Amino acid sequence: MTDKITVRAEAERLFAFFKASGAMAIDADLLQPADTLLDLYGEDIRARAYVTQDPNRGEMMLRPDFTVPVVQTHMEHGGEPARYTYLGEVFRKQQADSGRATEYLQVGYELFDREDPERADAEVFSLFNEVLSPLGLRPATGDIGILKAAVETLTTTERRKGALMRHIWRPRRFRALLDRFTGRVDMDPARKALLDRVAKDGAEAVVEGGGPEIGLRSRDDVLARIAHLQADAAEPPISRSEAEVLDVILGLRETLPNAHQHLRDITVDLPGMAASVDRMARRMDALAAAGITVEDLPFEASFGRTTLEYYDGFVFGFVAEGRPDLPPVATGGRYDALTRVLGRGQEIPAVGGVIRPELVQQLREGLA
Amino acid sequence: MTLKLGVPSKGRLMEKTFDWFADRGIDMRRSGSDREYAAQVDGADVDLVLLSAGEIPRELQAGRIHLGVTGSDLVRERIPAWQDVVRELQPMGFGFADLIIAVPAFWVDVNSLDDLDAAAADFRRRHGHRLRIATKYHRLVREFLRDAGVADYQLVDSQGATEGTVKNLTAEAIADITSTGETLRANHLTILPGGLIHRSQAVLFKSRTADWSNGNKEILEDLVDRLYG
Repeated sequence: MTDKITVRAEAERLFAFFKASGAMAIDADLLQPADTLLDLYGEDIRARAYVTQDPNRGEMMLRPDFTVPVVQTHMEHGGEPARYTYLGEVFRKQQADSGRATEYLQVGYELFDREDPERADAEVFSLFNEVLSPLGLRPATGDIGILKAAVETLTTTERRKGALMRHIWRPRRFRALLDRFTGRVDMDPARKALLDRVAKDGAEAVVEGGGPEIGLRSRDDVLARIAHLQADAAEPPISRSEAEVLDVILGLRETLPNAHQHLRDITVDLPGMAASVDRMARRMDALAAAGITVEDLPFEASFGRTTLEYYDGFVFGFVAEGRPDLPPVATGGRYDALTRVLGRGQEIPAVGGVIRPELVQQLREGLA
Repeated sequence: MTLKLGVPSKGRLMEKTFDWFADRGIDMRRSGSDREYAAQVDGADVDLVLLSAGEIPRELQAGRIHLGVTGSDLVRERIPAWQDVVRELQPMGFGFADLIIAVPAFWVDVNSLDDLDAAAADFRRRHGHRLRIATKYHRLVREFLRDAGVADYQLVDSQGATEGTVKNLTAEAIADITSTGETLRANHLTILPGGLIHRSQAVLFKSRTADWSNGNKEILEDLVDRLYG
């Protein structure tokens, strides 16, 4: 076990690196209001974060990450463009037998820039790449924007696309939805029975027969959803060929240039993908311009699909090869939508990432 | 040192526990007055500890009791990675109760977990906050819904009269223990198909963290022989 003083020294070194590259140091409260985090991440965050009670401020969480408070600070006071770096503890509950730390330091870098998002992606990635280069880590990259575009181009209703989009981060649920929308699985018998009854007696009578209206989810809410279910039942299935293309995209694992070429070929059939494939190309150029050898940079379309659901564009990670026991040494990505949610009407394209200094220190020691 | 056995301190659960052991030739009874929380076991080297059923998981986890009788729901809810901490020696065949998700009966459009997820998404869009599910079984419900891929809900704590929360507008749905479903019906709620989270019953648990030296292991073996040898 490495001691805290040594890990902090490593963290300070990383922090100094980011400051030297032009970032402004920023800090955040240890106690964060739970409602903002819950609203963003859902119940899962409650299982992962330490929750405590304040008689005046209500439910509070021990800072599970910096991104949310940094975005909030920026949206309130920040000029543009802005580069921030921070160093501090984050707290996460872990499985009893995982052996993973419940309290550890993070050093992060966040870049808010409207001018050239792909250049910003490349700046963040190349900084992380540079500071981590002595460790010989394996980089991973992906692009949630490609997945979203692939869903967006499906020939189907907005509602179906919305349902798929919502579950991009839950691969199993996504698969179940896709199987239903392509007709690979039959309609749930209970839903069929409901639609039959509605066709016979009318929706209002069926809802009436269910019982008295109680709770905030109103009769109108139920009727509106029944109308959606009726519309959906009349909708043709998503074609097998479209679903297969989606599968190809989801399964794509290649070097960045090969992945790009592959996706470029797909845009011949799916012109709706072109804009995000263009973005990918611009990012590839920006990465090359920043000195990254893109020829052997891995790209996995599904990378980042199982992490917290705020990334919506470029995503990246750095992992120690042959150490599946360790979490990634660094992770990051673009989170434009998050700034929209937290900005109350304002938004700004943003990309950033975090490093775990304790792992850097551990791996460095192993090298020495 | 003697083996410590924790049993529920009141009500039907206590009586049924005593009956279960008596049927297997081990007599337990409360000693002293009815109000005194002391009990003894005849014919076995066992100390009886009367505890609230809800505290038995904690005592098993801490290893302060070697054996304990409590609901399987409570152990799963209160002990993280419970299989590492306790072992189920024997389901006892009473205290049956199902932990289920229930929704208002007039939600005729919600007939599965898929529907619940979709309804939660619509609800959040229309009402500006997540669909609230009232429960005291936070861990079990959260894990169940996560595995089912249900999103856009939030749990609100309810330590009692949970069936009333929907009518009182503090939750839109509930997750609670039910044995007959009568209270649900009386409150215009119905069990969500696919919403069975756990079938609970009383179980004799063994603590893995208790001190099993000093002859306690032998006492257990002797007890096990007598119980179902």
